[in-house]
Amino acid sequence: MNITTPIPAGLRPDLAAIAAMIRPGARVLDVGCGDGALLEHLVRTKNVDGRGVELSQQNVNACVARGLAVVQGDADTDLADYPSKVFDAVILSQTIQATEKPLVVLDHLLRIGRRTAVSLPNFGYWKVRLSLLTGGRMPLTRALDYRWFDTPNIHLCTLADFLDLVRLCGASVVEAHALREDGSTAPMQPYAWGPNLLAPGAIFLLKKS
Amino acid sequence: MITQTPRFLRPITAGQADVGQAMRLTEPLPLDCGRSLAPVTIAFMTYGTLNPAKSNAVLICHALTGDQFAASDHPLTGKPGWWTTMVGPGRPVDTDRFFVICANVIGGCMGSTGPAEVDPATGKPYGLNFPLVTIRDMVRAQKMLIDQLGIEKLLAVVGGSMGGMQTLQWAASYPEAVRAVVPIACAARHSAQNIAFHEVGRQAIMADPDWRGGEYQLAGTRPSKGLAVARMAAHITYLSEMALQRKFGRALQNRAALSFQFAPDFQIESYLHHQGASFVDRFDANSYLYITRAMDYFDLAGEHAGHLADAFRDSPTRFCIISFSSDWLFPPAENKRIAHALNAVAAPVSFVEIKTDKGHDSFLLEEPEMFDTVRGFLNSVAAGVV
Repeated sequence: MNITTPIPAGLRPDLAAIAAMIRPGARVLDVGCGDGALLEHLVRTKNVDGRGVELSQQNVNACVARGLAVVQGDADTDLADYPSKVFDAVILSQTIQATEKPLVVLDHLLRIGRRTAVSLPNFGYWKVRLSLLTGGRMPLTRALDYRWFDTPNIHLCTLADFLDLVRLCGASVVEAHALREDGSTAPMQPYAWGPNLLAPGAIFLLKKS
Repeated sequence: MITQTPRFLRPITAGQADVGQAMRLTEPLPLDCGRSLAPVTIAFMTYGTLNPAKSNAVLICHALTGDQFAASDHPLTGKPGWWTTMVGPGRPVDTDRFFVICANVIGGCMGSTGPAEVDPATGKPYGLNFPLVTIRDMVRAQKMLIDQLGIEKLLAVVGGSMGGMQTLQWAASYPEAVRAVVPIACAARHSAQNIAFHEVGRQAIMADPDWRGGEYQLAGTRPSKGLAVARMAAHITYLSEMALQRKFGRALQNRAALSFQFAPDFQIESYLHHQGASFVDRFDANSYLYITRAMDYFDLAGEHAGHLADAFRDSPTRFCIISFSSDWLFPPAENKRIAHALNAVAAPVSFVEIKTDKGHDSFLLEEPEMFDTVRGFLNSVAAGVV
């Protein structure tokens, strides 16, 4: 786990790691694209045909002003309206834990795109486990900094849990990267026991097998 | 090329007012109903300056009761243009950068050929002899106007409500002639509920004895009461229950207690009366019939065997669709349907739903989020072109 991905200036490291998975010229749908930083990076540096879905209207406006094509909408309700296999890659970054129906959302993502990149926080990270074990209360960490009653993260899971969901959706892992505390990323063995304990988060590139 | 508007008998229309510029179309206008219309005059206003490359032209499409005076005072009412918040120097549609054109639709009553104009074949006003026109006919006429102005490609077409329908029709009919469209508070088809409201309005006009079978100009009458009722009914659909409650509630008008009579007791009643009364001074009743009918007939998917996506297949045009949460005339879901159809053919589309309680009329009001969206979108479209 020593090979770290170089971070392009201004782009969040986890987004940079996702960007590295996208082929130049690809047609990309970023679900929960925020202010469009990743999409714009992909359009500029990889000449992708980028589209976004974003819940916040302010963020959509920011995207539109960047010249991006972004639809204001909700991953939980809107993905059903997207036709199958129109996109080479679909991105879901730090969002799956906040969806109402992660199984349905992941199913749609795998249907819409040929490849699906998902990044998520790991509830199995040792600091989270230790915090619960010693404090006896729902853990607050850098990646999970909401109290239990006001958190948007209603479906937290460990990396092992997520991989179960991937299997349930009939998909397989093409690439996996651990997200470290300092924001850097490193390739990892998805099914090894280590990352589920040692990685605060992870990025998976999935395909429907 | 640019001629003065011919001045015909137009009692409730532009009349002697200065309607801006007017252009006679050089060819007859073929219509969806099978007839063709000639001669056709298009009255329009322009704001800003066309650049030498002719690449900075933006067409503004007006709504049902709008006209070409988007960014300048109305010649009949003296009131500011209907979209001065959106169009003007430094505004989102910036007339310091863009050459803005806004034309009165055919069938309208502010100088473009419509039912109140004299039919050259009879020497009398068209009245109900005017052919039924459609949104596509209106856009076809606009395209002929743009061609005659020597503009090959519009930077953008922007419009709300019926104007939004026209922007969609532009993208569907002339994708190569428009870089981007901004449909606001509209739909790709008129819903049953919307057709129903329009029919109430039309029946109110036709039930007015002064309508005289549409020949009121010859009779020297005006179906003002019917037109006012039509406007009152329609105006309710432009607002929202929440906004009505917030603005008026059950407040009484100029009285302390209920009158136990039918004179307007409530503020909302006198507000609607005022809306109706001021409307009849600036709008022609037959035009109202024709334009509402054009909206009823609008169904973009219908032109493509029910598949809306096919209307935009291989379209190079960029779309920015704007909707308002409390708009129940053209609800966000209808607007979003367009976005999904565009997604299905991988056309570049953005969609926003602006939270407001002001209903359908939000697009004419102070909505900073809408201004930000339009400004940002047009800037990105203009980058490298203007």
